[in-house]
Amino acid sequence: MYQYDNYDQTMVDQRVTQYRDQTRRFLAGELTEEQFRPLRLMNGLYVQIHAPMLRVAIPYGLMSSKQIRKIADVSRRYDKGYVHFTTRTNFQLNWPTLESVPDILAELASVQMHAIQSSGNCIRNTTSDQLAGINANELEDPRPWCEIIRQWSTFHPEFAYLPRKFKIAVIGGKDDRAATKLHDIGLHLVQNNEGEIGFEVLVGGGLGRTPILGQQIRPFLEKKDLLSYLEAILRVYNRLGRRDNKYKARIKITVREHGISHIRELVEAEWVQIREQLELDDKEIERVKQYFTEPDYDATAGGDESFSKMQAEDAGFAAWVQQNIVEHKIPGYKAVYISLKSPTAPPGDVSAEQLDIIADLADEFSLGEVRSTHNQNLLLSDVKQGDLYALWCQLKSNNLATANINTLTDMICCPGLDFCGLANATSIPLAKEITDRFNDLDYLYDLGDIKIKISGCMNGCAHQSVGHIGILGVDKKGEEWYQFTLGGSSEEDASLGERLGRAIPKDKVLETVETLIDVFKELRYEDELFLATVRRVGVVPFKDRVYADN
Amino acid sequence: MQIIKDREIIEDSWLHLDDESADLVVGGITVTLARWQAEHELLLKHDGSLGLRLKGDDPLEEIVPDLDKFELIVLDFPAFTDGRCYSFARLLRDRYNYKGEIRAQGDILYDQLFYMSQCGINSFEMANSHQLIEAMSAFDDFSESYQTTALKPDPLYRRR
Repeated sequence: MYQYDNYDQTMVDQRVTQYRDQTRRFLAGELTEEQFRPLRLMNGLYVQIHAPMLRVAIPYGLMSSKQIRKIADVSRRYDKGYVHFTTRTNFQLNWPTLESVPDILAELASVQMHAIQSSGNCIRNTTSDQLAGINANELEDPRPWCEIIRQWSTFHPEFAYLPRKFKIAVIGGKDDRAATKLHDIGLHLVQNNEGEIGFEVLVGGGLGRTPILGQQIRPFLEKKDLLSYLEAILRVYNRLGRRDNKYKARIKITVREHGISHIRELVEAEWVQIREQLELDDKEIERVKQYFTEPDYDATAGGDESFSKMQAEDAGFAAWVQQNIVEHKIPGYKAVYISLKSPTAPPGDVSAEQLDIIADLADEFSLGEVRSTHNQNLLLSDVKQGDLYALWCQLKSNNLATANINTLTDMICCPGLDFCGLANATSIPLAKEITDRFNDLDYLYDLGDIKIKISGCMNGCAHQSVGHIGILGVDKKGEEWYQFTLGGSSEEDASLGERLGRAIPKDKVLETVETLIDVFKELRYEDELFLATVRRVGVVPFKDRVYADN
Repeated sequence: MQIIKDREIIEDSWLHLDDESADLVVGGITVTLARWQAEHELLLKHDGSLGLRLKGDDPLEEIVPDLDKFELIVLDFPAFTDGRCYSFARLLRDRYNYKGEIRAQGDILYDQLFYMSQCGINSFEMANSHQLIEAMSAFDDFSESYQTTALKPDPLYRRR
């Protein structure tokens, strides 16, 4: 993975010094809350219901075991001994004190981590595919490009006060595990007719109150032009994006109001003027790529026989392998999901003790690296199949082997009314109810992939609009109600869910999920997946049953 | 009033005329784009230096042919969260090769001076003028930038 040199380290250290002074000035009354707000936000610090919340960037979801141990250490010393992983592969501390944040940032800087631009109206942490570099289907590893974007976007002087937040995601092939069509800019590595690899550029995707899928602005961009094209889009947006209404300030609205053709004209006109000046040097591309070269894989790893033997002997292991293991491009290696959706903790939460164990396991079994995923789980990317049983045993004894990846209980869920100042309704307790009800793993496996996403308000942090089943909390005269949508997807076949009908009271949410599943079981054709059934039959049969009583 | 210019605190004597005040006083004056467009012939006869004040929604490109008439361009920051004029500064310096003074005026936090100077703004008329001395250190918050900026035309990777 990328290693800071002196330049990178100095910048992160100087940021800590700068933020320490900003915090001091705020506490001394020299900065008003309003003036301090954008400064703390650009360092990832929100003020929530119970306490501040600090969001720390994990660039494209990649962490070393050393960083994982530091995260555990920080959560013990400055928080309540656990952290929460987010859909944009960052992590959050829910209970730090405002005064301690400069110290936390200094600790993180010591392991090349930071909270720079993890919030605020600026370019956020660039995200990618958790299977980058290890899946056989990608054209090219997207991570060097993410790092190049990370550096370009970090402290970009022109784009620190955009109309609204700005998110970029990059993937290396057709499979989309990073929800790129729901980002302000989505970048897909593609091959043109001449066989060259470059980027297809999408713009104007986003969730929140007005979910919109990104549209193609350029079918093929040469790699060396990446930064000039991004800069052109950002400059057009910075000048044109609305600043009169924060709900209309995202680039998705700019694109919708002006039309993709007009935006394309403006961007291309801007681009030709800066293309040459910002052209990436081959030397720089190679410099960054050398941090992501293939490790020394063991060519004999595929010869192991224990993997299939242990699956035959241990049904629990076999179920976990079936559900939580994915193929690796190197024979004999697998990628292993560590589910953070156990029945005993809120989705995405992991304790400091578990983090320390994950760090040890990464060192022992997976080249010392851990990845965080868009679905709020973790991944060990390079495990030999012969090590899987030993790994599973250790994960299992630490409540880290919940074999539910992609099942109904692998939910994305926002913090909701229990933690968040914006929320209208709770979400974590609903996730818990659903998890408790659907606790029979064999039944879950039989149902196949079902993505439930629960957000406590229309800001949509859990991406409910693109859930196979989306559940959105709304406030009705002080009571919590929930709006269901069906048939959304954030992947390569991205689509927005369709409204099921009027909102449902909190005490009927579980029952409604059960009804939806019952209808699905009746209508599914053989092993058809939930999303396919909804797309085939539409929402009406589901709606008829859910609202049958009236 | 006191302002920061080229990293020094100086006494500033530019007078910012609003559109209603008819008289052109002697000395350096700045006017809005609307007034420049309506009265440019008269303004060109003015005895003293001319400056132009721009807002983030002004059509920057339209005044490019006139840039050499102005010794000062004042960029308006109505709220510190309004970042449009950062792009104006970049364009004025990089694309339109404007060599005169570019000034930020309005709601400016001193934490923004680093970014603003990277974009090519070289003077700062801050609402909180009693903070000027403290603000001077903000230019050195960071010793490097990754990007191509008005101060360093080469990106960092060419210096690594």
